[in-house]
Amino acid sequence: MGKSKGDRSAPPQTGPELTGSEIVIRALKDQGVRHIFGYPGGAVLPIYDSLFEDNELVHVLVRHEQGAVHAAEGYARSTGKPGVVLVTSGPGATNSVTGLTDALMDSVPLVVITGQVATHLIGNDAFQECDTVGITRPCTKHNWLVRDVKDLARVIHEAFYIATTGRPGPVVVDVPKDVQFKKTAYVGPTNIKHRTYHPKLDPDEDVIRTAVRMMAAARRPVIYSGGGIINSGPEASTLLRELVHLTGFPITSTLMGLGAFPASDKQWLGPIGMHGTYEANLCANRCDLLIALGSRFDDRVTGRIDAFSPNSKKIHLDVDPSQINKNVRVDLPIIADAARALKAMIKVWKDEKLRADPALVQWWAQIDTWRSKNSLAFKNSTKVIKPQHAIDRLYALTRGREVYITTEVGQHQMWAMQRFKFEEPNHWMTSGGLGTMGYGLPAAVGVQMAHPDALVIDIAGEASVQMTMQEMSTAVQYDLPIKIFIINNEYMGMVRQWQQLLHGGRYSHSYSEALPDFVKMAEAYGAVGIRAEKPDELDAKIKEMLDVKRPVLFDCRVDPHENCYPMIPSGAAHDEMILSDAEDELEVSEEGKIMV
Amino acid sequence: MQKDARIETHTIVVTVDNEPGVLARVIGLFAGRGYNIESLTVAEVDRAAHLSRITVVTSGTAAVIEQIRAQLGRLVPVHRVVDITLEKPGIERELALIKVASTGEKRVESLRVSQVFRARALDTTHGSFVFHIPGPPAKIDDFIELIRPLGLVEVSRTGVAAISRGAEPM
Repeated sequence: MGKSKGDRSAPPQTGPELTGSEIVIRALKDQGVRHIFGYPGGAVLPIYDSLFEDNELVHVLVRHEQGAVHAAEGYARSTGKPGVVLVTSGPGATNSVTGLTDALMDSVPLVVITGQVATHLIGNDAFQECDTVGITRPCTKHNWLVRDVKDLARVIHEAFYIATTGRPGPVVVDVPKDVQFKKTAYVGPTNIKHRTYHPKLDPDEDVIRTAVRMMAAARRPVIYSGGGIINSGPEASTLLRELVHLTGFPITSTLMGLGAFPASDKQWLGPIGMHGTYEANLCANRCDLLIALGSRFDDRVTGRIDAFSPNSKKIHLDVDPSQINKNVRVDLPIIADAARALKAMIKVWKDEKLRADPALVQWWAQIDTWRSKNSLAFKNSTKVIKPQHAIDRLYALTRGREVYITTEVGQHQMWAMQRFKFEEPNHWMTSGGLGTMGYGLPAAVGVQMAHPDALVIDIAGEASVQMTMQEMSTAVQYDLPIKIFIINNEYMGMVRQWQQLLHGGRYSHSYSEALPDFVKMAEAYGAVGIRAEKPDELDAKIKEMLDVKRPVLFDCRVDPHENCYPMIPSGAAHDEMILSDAEDELEVSEEGKIMV
Repeated sequence: MQKDARIETHTIVVTVDNEPGVLARVIGLFAGRGYNIESLTVAEVDRAAHLSRITVVTSGTAAVIEQIRAQLGRLVPVHRVVDITLEKPGIERELALIKVASTGEKRVESLRVSQVFRARALDTTHGSFVFHIPGPPAKIDDFIELIRPLGLVEVSRTGVAAISRGAEPM
């Protein structure tokens, strides 16, 4: 329905005329873009031609468009700036779909520019044509097909505005090839007043006051923070720390929220959820006030929904109103930007000279008994490298450096979450919502582009890393000294763990057969390959990896049968957590098995 | 969330920028998240302002209806989302075109029923009528049920258009 309406904003026709492709480059630069991740092809050749003429934008040539999007995600998450991707039509666009969905689930701001066949060919099944806006509609925050060059600059500026404000997310701008050639006057990024898009950022004062009074009255409170704190910007993390210290409340966080609150702090409980700590999950289960800050009650966090935090009042801060009451009914929603809401909460707490209820002391005593379970403990070995031990050593040997961690998806990701202690936001990049195997290696490429002098490590699994291994070539081309630390247990470890626990040990297609020799593979790419097979050589090999100023594939051969605990089986409640293999035969309801 | 599982029917009015693909966004949201669409009506209502109005009749638990409103509100080209069922009851009307083919007593009876319902015959042959009937959806349902044994051939319905009562806009 409707026609494109290029005359809506009626830009003043001033300045020299630019071609569509020049407009793309100019608009990106006016938006402060330095790096683009991309891959050329027929329908973006004019833009690549303009890029050739430009000497400010740095283009990173990936080896697959999915890699470009994950690299842009790593770039965005580690800098707080939007990631930018440039790909061609058809397969270029479809290959970016996994990355777009990943970014949508984890609220990562991305601007993805796709080439499209010429406007007169659209709908004709032309070569490398696909319905890009149709395909990417459900996996973007918004998208545009720009049929008229007069709309192009405005749409690109609008795209950045929408990607980065409110709840951030990926957007796609689809630019037909003829539009890239046509000329018009360029319009700069002026104050965008969108007709329909107005995210609510300021909290309601009354709501904040009610929330803070509920907090002061709580006897067993717990803060459960999430990725929204990190997306709000570094100020939100600072304010979160202030609020937590002011109240003396215990705090846990989701996978996506790690680093917003320092893991070394004594009020930190460790992560919540399926593989979270005993104390974090028991706190969520037994609390009388749950304060959700920028988290979304994901099923990996809640476990069985009707048994989740059954006796608590719930406060829920989110910038996206659709998250309120989606999975869990809450008593007090706060719709606002996290930093603004936290600032207002701190102000009320101080102005009203509030203090936590004295019962908090007993609550902490209770928490300390849960902590004494030491739920992340594992039985180490002198014969075989335990994966937990490998991550512990990696953590210990990287102290004193600026470290950014990315991960793939599976057991290694959960061990990294449990054991690698993050002190600052934006230093932990992982695929949370979508659970995309193959995320970590290209994400590390993006992180290293943004932070050339930092130590960037992808804690990987041998199965995941093969999904996007080709980006090693990108790392070598751009001298990106990323470290791919493969926890190699010769299995899709989490699949194997579930098959052991839930499917009677029938290991259907989860063995990583015919594995490549990762050391030789590294060498074939022109990178460095290192292998560690025994616990007593692990430290020396890790140090060797850290000293190399080139990309490294580190093949860490670990115990193939280790399971990741603690674990809340699917369909179970937080207080039905299993802590180790030693526990009784796992009982999972039929209902539980259905859950992923 | 499991507390109230009663299924309610709600009429939701969405005003949107009339831009390409906006209807696909709305429908895709319903399909992708598994919400029901019982009827859907769309038309441009302000050409100069590029405004279209979408009326969706949907059903679900109270929690699902709340989610539908929130998810619709999140779409970038959406101006407003109003649940007409939650406001003081609004006006809902629909138009149906109904083809009936019969002879003899059935034909006479179908004409009689149409008069009771104040339907108009827009097309007449010796063996058929096309009736035109505006009204609330329930009235049209009733009419169709009465006509069914009298030679009902085909039904075309517009879906619901809705508006609030009184002087104020929604």
